Amino acid sequence: MAKIVAVTGNEAVANALRQVNPDVCAAYPITPATEMMQRFSSFVSDGKVKTEIILVESEHSSMSACVGASAAGGRVMTATSSQGLALMFEILYIASGTRLPIVMPVVNRALSAPLNIHGDHSDAMGARDTGWIQLWSENGQEAYDNAIQAFRIAEHMDIRLPAMVCMDGFIISHSIERLEYLEDDEVRNFVGEFRTLNPLLDLEHPVSYGPLILTDYYMEFRKAQAEVADKVARVTLDVAADFEKLSGRKYGLFDAYRLDDAEIGLVILNSAAGTSKDTVDEFRAKGIKAGLLKPRLYRPFPYREIGEALKHLKAVCVLDRADAFGGSFGPVYLDIATSLYAYKEKPVLINKIYGLGGRDYLPQHAELVLNELVEIVKTGAVKSNKEYIGVRE
Amino acid sequence: MPKGITLKELTNKEVLLSSGHRMCAGCGAPTIVKMVLLACDYPVIAANATGCLEVSTCISDYTAWKIPWIHNAFENAAATLSGVETMYRALKKQGKIDKEIKFIAFGGDGGTYDIGLQSLSGAMERGHDMLYICYDNGAYMNTGIQRSSATPYGADTTTRPAGSVIQGKTELRKNLTKIMAAHNIPYAAQASPSHWMDLMKKVRKALDIKGPKFMNIISSCNRGWRSKTDDAITMCRLAVDTCYWPLYEIENGVTKITFKPKEKKAVEEFLKPQGRFKHLFKPDNEWMLKKIQEDTDKEWERLQKEETCFAS
Repeated sequence: MAKIVAVTGNEAVANALRQVNPDVCAAYPITPATEMMQRFSSFVSDGKVKTEIILVESEHSSMSACVGASAAGGRVMTATSSQGLALMFEILYIASGTRLPIVMPVVNRALSAPLNIHGDHSDAMGARDTGWIQLWSENGQEAYDNAIQAFRIAEHMDIRLPAMVCMDGFIISHSIERLEYLEDDEVRNFVGEFRTLNPLLDLEHPVSYGPLILTDYYMEFRKAQAEVADKVARVTLDVAADFEKLSGRKYGLFDAYRLDDAEIGLVILNSAAGTSKDTVDEFRAKGIKAGLLKPRLYRPFPYREIGEALKHLKAVCVLDRADAFGGSFGPVYLDIATSLYAYKEKPVLINKIYGLGGRDYLPQHAELVLNELVEIVKTGAVKSNKEYIGVRE
Repeated sequence: MPKGITLKELTNKEVLLSSGHRMCAGCGAPTIVKMVLLACDYPVIAANATGCLEVSTCISDYTAWKIPWIHNAFENAAATLSGVETMYRALKKQGKIDKEIKFIAFGGDGGTYDIGLQSLSGAMERGHDMLYICYDNGAYMNTGIQRSSATPYGADTTTRPAGSVIQGKTELRKNLTKIMAAHNIPYAAQASPSHWMDLMKKVRKALDIKGPKFMNIISSCNRGWRSKTDDAITMCRLAVDTCYWPLYEIENGVTKITFKPKEKKAVEEFLKPQGRFKHLFKPDNEWMLKKIQEDTDKEWERLQKEETCFAS
């Protein structure tokens, strides 16, 4: 039986982690993820989990300890944000290259300089090519659901890759929403017992982790890793199907909102997708065929499926909450453009950068962008391929 | 109390670092690792910081390690092993493991004194049940003899070469053993492979103590020290006999010098066979030799005084 609660996003994910009950957790405080680990630490202090917690001296050590604990042979998690994720950067690649199924909620926050503690996607976007799975979440419910599913995907015997669960700093982490919790035993049964693979603690079968591989086999190793990434989408869908049976909530690789017959559309991640859906509804009410695509499995990016979902549109705006400096366009735009490149008939594609450092994204912004798409369809003229919106002039 | 160590016992034990690894001929590090593992009475899991030892002992598809072994990165052997040790405690608590296992990290001076100091300090402060062993050869030997904070004063390295204006390293070594003891860990010690029984007794004692332990072991590097290939143990012995590298332990805050040379040799005897100190023997640099002797004497005096504070 589902339990209906009013909680913050941090509280919801902390509760998911309590229900999953990992063996080891490494924790280091950073705004806005701090509350999640604080709440989890209370579960440890109150004996509500079996977890051994390591209160490390930095995020670099947090991820390093997670690598050690995961290789040792058990279920491992940590959480972070922004600078913390940036400090882990080196070890993110080692976690994925070593094929360790560590789960890490990332409460998305802007990167310094200038110092800013509020939500944008610069942190996780910087880590998008580190070999980690990334699941993105629109609200607290999705963050809770994704956190639970992330363990199943990461630990799947065909995958064994680490996974990030992304949610917007403050907007989701600190806002109280109504959401539904699963029962503890439902979550426990859903994630199942942790299955070890070459655990370091197995003295009968001593293994060496972290070898040197030079020119002779490094490339074959990387190719094998790329082939594993290709399997993530299928496993994500299988896990989502099981989760739907349990919760009644349906998840896919992405959320296609009123997209089937749409002529114009937005592509947007996380909380701002919720805001944009209302505006899409308003346009629909006016008889304008608007739709929206919200990526969920952002890494590995399901290019083929997303290309198929968007190819029939006439004009699409990709909204990025992070810029890719020197890359001309935002990171999501680049992925969407790649998804559509193979098609002869494809939508006109424009890019807007919004909401950096926690700048509000309002329904007016969605309206402005959709009106621009209407104009593009009408006239065929694009006034600007890429533009910052919601910015002081 | 740890059991005594006898040669008879050691000859019957399996050497857990196999031959065929690719460390240089005459390197002190594999000898140290073999001594450490021979001294263990328990099953051991090891972590290794990136460095000579790591890079030469596990080149895929080969490994010289007959025990479970993990290499993560350069600066995080202590944090990595703290994760392994924590998972061990978690699974033991759950009844999934019943064996008594010990955890040892190996790092060079670069990975320990410098880039890994924060990770090491954190792991020691958190009280993980592990022994961290630094094999200190006094420079970044793996990348080609660059200066570290363990490099001795005056030594010629590739990033602070002795030139016409600068005469090698201009700063003193960091005293890492003291820094680790200042963490109030139950056991910190210095050892040398030349005094193998002393080294192995310290390892055995450390592993019988619950909590974080640290050992700093001098390790000669004939490439970096520019000494003779077959002089590895001789060089380490000279470091001890000149009191450049005193052998001592600090157990629960109590300092004990474990070896006092009958006749303290002049530090020049340690410096002279090493090409990295060659320039110090030019007439103009006599003052540097004098300074090294004075600094060595001062530290030896200090250590002896520290010991007398605890004499019963």
